[in-house]
Amino acid sequence: MAALDQTQVKEGVDQETVDAVREVGTYKYGWDTDIEMEYAPKGVNPDIVRLISEKNEEPEWMTEWRLSAFERWTKMEEPTWAMVHYPPIDFQDQYYYARPKSMEEKPKSLDEVDPKLLATYEKLGIPLKEQMILAGVEGAEDVPAEGRKVAVDAVFDSVSVGTTFKDELAKHGVIFCSISEAIKDHPELVQKYLGTVVPVSDNFYATLNSAVFSDGSFVYIPPGVRCPMELSTYFRINAENTGQFERTLIIADKGSYVSYLEGCTAPQRDTAQLHAAVVEIIVEEDAEVKYSTVQNWFPGDEEGKGGIYNFVTKRADCRGDRSKVMWTQVETGSAVTWKYPSCILRGNESQGEFYSIAITNNMQQADTGTKMVHLGKNTKSRIVSKGISAGKAQNTYRGLVSMHPKAKDSRNYTQCDSLLIGDKCGAHTVPYIEVKNNSSRVEHEATTSKVDDDQLFYCRQRGMDEEEAVALVVNGFCKDVLQALPMEFAMEAQQLVAISLEGSVG
Amino acid sequence: MALPQAKQTATEERLATLTMPDAGCTRAAREDALARVLEMGLPGRRDEYWKYTRPDTLISPEAPRAALFHSDEAILFGEIDRLKIVFIDGVFSAEESDELELEGVNIERIEDICCKDIHWAKELYGVLEARGQSPVQRPLAALNTAFAEDGVAIHVTGKPSKPISLIYRHASETSDAMLHHIVRVESGAEVTILENGPAASRFNKCMEIDIADNGTLHHVRAQGRDHERRAMTHMFTRLGQESTYKSFTLTANGVLTRNEQVVELTGDDAVAHVAGACVGDGDFLHDDTVFITHDAVNCESRQVFKKVLRNGATGVFQGKILVKEGAQKTDGYQISQSLLLDDDSQFLAKPELEIYADDVACSHGSTSGAIDETALFYLRSRGVPVKDATNMLTLAFLAEAVDEIEDSELADAIVTRLEGWLARRS
Repeated sequence: MAALDQTQVKEGVDQETVDAVREVGTYKYGWDTDIEMEYAPKGVNPDIVRLISEKNEEPEWMTEWRLSAFERWTKMEEPTWAMVHYPPIDFQDQYYYARPKSMEEKPKSLDEVDPKLLATYEKLGIPLKEQMILAGVEGAEDVPAEGRKVAVDAVFDSVSVGTTFKDELAKHGVIFCSISEAIKDHPELVQKYLGTVVPVSDNFYATLNSAVFSDGSFVYIPPGVRCPMELSTYFRINAENTGQFERTLIIADKGSYVSYLEGCTAPQRDTAQLHAAVVEIIVEEDAEVKYSTVQNWFPGDEEGKGGIYNFVTKRADCRGDRSKVMWTQVETGSAVTWKYPSCILRGNESQGEFYSIAITNNMQQADTGTKMVHLGKNTKSRIVSKGISAGKAQNTYRGLVSMHPKAKDSRNYTQCDSLLIGDKCGAHTVPYIEVKNNSSRVEHEATTSKVDDDQLFYCRQRGMDEEEAVALVVNGFCKDVLQALPMEFAMEAQQLVAISLEGSVG
Repeated sequence: MALPQAKQTATEERLATLTMPDAGCTRAAREDALARVLEMGLPGRRDEYWKYTRPDTLISPEAPRAALFHSDEAILFGEIDRLKIVFIDGVFSAEESDELELEGVNIERIEDICCKDIHWAKELYGVLEARGQSPVQRPLAALNTAFAEDGVAIHVTGKPSKPISLIYRHASETSDAMLHHIVRVESGAEVTILENGPAASRFNKCMEIDIADNGTLHHVRAQGRDHERRAMTHMFTRLGQESTYKSFTLTANGVLTRNEQVVELTGDDAVAHVAGACVGDGDFLHDDTVFITHDAVNCESRQVFKKVLRNGATGVFQGKILVKEGAQKTDGYQISQSLLLDDDSQFLAKPELEIYADDVACSHGSTSGAIDETALFYLRSRGVPVKDATNMLTLAFLAEAVDEIEDSELADAIVTRLEGWLARRS
C-alpha cells in the first residue's frame, strides 16, 4: 500500500514538471520597466563612492569604510583563475548608482511607492502586498496559512523599494529592512558585524562591492526567536549599463532560526551587465540559517550577447557551537557566474551544508562551488552539487574542503555530479581537499555522464517528446537538491530546470 | 610577459650553475627547451600546481646535502632475471651494468647518439616534454631536457625476454643528477621497464615514452629509501591505437618526492593505468601530479593512488582527467586515498575533471581518514596484536594500487618491500 502511495505522489510531481515544460517560453523576465531614473555619473572614483554614501544619508564612519575599500580596490587585480572567459570589463564605463526618480523621497509605507514599481514586482510574481502567499505558487493550499507568509524586501537597481511585514516581524524582535536603513537605525549592529565575515579586501569584487554597494537587505534575529515567516529579497536590475552591487547582512543570534530566500531577474539587453554582491551571515550558538537562492539573471542570447556577469561573494560564519547553515542554490541565469557560497565552521559541532544546481545552456559559463573550512571540533559538512551543461556552455564545480589540525573528529561528504547534453559543451570539477588531522573523515565523489539513453527511451515510449523526456530525466538528476529548497522555490526551480534547457536537444 | 622578479632571479641563479652538454643531434631540442625555461621561469610557491609542494630545494643553485643511507635490505628485484643498466649519481657505469645487448630491443646512451646526426631519438627527445607544457607548465622538465647529462635511448622492436632494469645508485652526499631517457615502443612490441634506487642527493629525471599502435609498456618503479634525498621526476607518455601503458610507483621515504605523469591517449582504444603507493614517515613530502588527456575514441584511463602517512608526513595528489572534444566513449577513473596513522600527518588533494565530450563515463573519488576502528577491533578480538592488525589493514589499504602490477613476481617484490617498511616502523 505504501509503495502505491509513493508512486502516486511521484507521478503527481512528474506531471507538474511535464506541464511546466509545456508552457515554457524563452527568458520570461526579459522585459523592462519604463521609469524615470536618476543616475550617478558614469565610472567609479572616490567622488562616486562619497556620492553613494551621501545618497544613502550615511554616517561618517560608513563613508570612511567605503573610501578605504575603494583605495584597496585600486591596488587589486581581477582574478583570472576561474574557467570563464569574457571580454575585459571597463569598470569606468558603467553606472554605479541608479534609482527611480520617484524614490528620491523615501516612501514611508508601501502605499506611497510608485505604482509603476509595484506593477513591476506584481508582473514578476512578487507582489509587494502583505498577502498570505506568493502569487503563482501552486499546490500551496494544503499548507497552513500561518506557515505561508513571506516577507519581501524588493531591491530595484540601486535602491530598496520597500519591505513587507515589517511591523509584524518587529513584534517578534526581528529586524528586516534594507541595509541603508539599518546603517541609519541600527548602526551598532551594522558596525559590529559588517565586514567581519567577508573582510573589506577579501577579493577583487568583494572589495569593489564594499566601496560602492548601494543597498541590500539586513536581517537580525534576536536570541531564541524562530522567525515567524520566510524572509525574502528580490533583486531586479532594470537600468541599462548599470552595475548592481548589493550587500546583505544576516545575523542569527543565539538559538534563533531563519529561512531566507533570494531571487533575481533582469531585462534582456545586448550589453553585459555587472552584478557583484556580497552576502555575510553570522550564526551564533545553536542558531540556524537556511539561505536559498534562485538565480535567474538574464543569461544572454543564444550567441552569448548580453547577460549578467554574476560575481558574487557569499560566506557564512558559524561562530557559535552547534550553529548550522545551509546554502541552497539554483543557478540557471547569468552569462558568467563566479560564485562560491562558503561556510566557516568555527564553533564546535557546527554544521554547513551546500546544495547546488547549476544549469548552463547556449554560451553560458558557470564557475561555482563552495568552501567548507572546518576549524571547530566535531564539525560536519555536506556538499551536493549537480552541474548540467548544454549547448556550448561550460560548467565548473570548484570547491575547497579544509580540515584544520584542531578540527578533530570532523566529517565531510562531497558529491559532485555533472550531466552533459550535447557534444559541444563542457563540464569540469576542480575540488581542493586539505586534511590536516587524522580523526576527521573526508569523502569526495564526482561523476560525469550523459543523459541515459535507456531512461530517455523509456520516456519517449510513454509518449513524451524528446525535450520533455530530457527535462524529466534532468529533474530526477537534480532531485537531491530540489528537495532541499523551501516549497515556494522548489516549484519555481523545477520549472526553471525545464526552461533553461529549452532548445538544447534535437 | 615578464616574469616576476623573484622568479627571474631564481631562474637565473639556477641556470648559472649549469652547462649544456655538447649536444649533437639533440642540440636543437635542448636549445628550444632552454628557451621554454627562460620564458616560464622555474616553479615558485605561487604557481597553482606548486600550491602544496615547496619547490625551493628543487630549484636552488646547489643541491642540499643528503647523507648516504645504508641498508641491509635485500636488493630489490634481485631475484628477477633482468638487464641491468646502472647509473651512479646520475652517471652511467659500464662496469656495473650488463652488456646492453638484448633481442628485440636496442639500447644506446644518449651521449653516444649525440654524435650522430640522423637518429629516431631526434623525433622524440624533448618532443613529448614540449607537448606536455600546455595547459600546465612543467619548467623543471624543460630544464632537464636542456641540461640532462646522461640517459638511455631504448628502442623496442620486439618482445625482449626480460625486463630492462634502470638502477640508480647514490654515492656522493652532494650529487645533483639529471637524467633524460627516451623510449620508443614500435607497433606490436612489448617491454617491461624497472627503475629503482635513490639516484642522488637531488635527482631530476625525465622519461619520454612513445608507444606505437598495439605496443605495450609496463613500468614498475621503486624510489629509494634514502631519508634525505630529493627527487623530481617526469614521465611523458603518448599512446597510439590499441596500445597499453601501465605504470606503478612505490615511494618509501625521501624528504621530498614529486612525480609527474603526463599521459596523452592519441589513438583509439588505448589503455593507460597509472598507480602509486607511498608510505611516508616523519619529514616527508610526497607529491603525485598526474595529467591524463583523452584525445581519441573509446580509451580507458585509470589512476589509483594510495598514501600511508605518519609522524607529520605530507601526501599530495593532483590528478586531472582531460577529455577533449570528440573523445567519445571515454572511460576515466581516478581514486586518491590517504590513510593517516596519526594526527600530525596531512593529505592535500586536488582531483580534477575537465570534460568536453558528452558520451563519457568519468568519475573520481578521494578519501582521507584514520585506520578503521571497527576492522581493528575485529582483528584484535580474533587475537591479532594491535601492531600486526594495523600492518595488516595498512597493507590491505595499499593493495588496490599494488594490484595494478600485472606481473606477480614484480608485485611480490613490492609487497615484500612494503612489509619490510611496516616491520621496521612498528
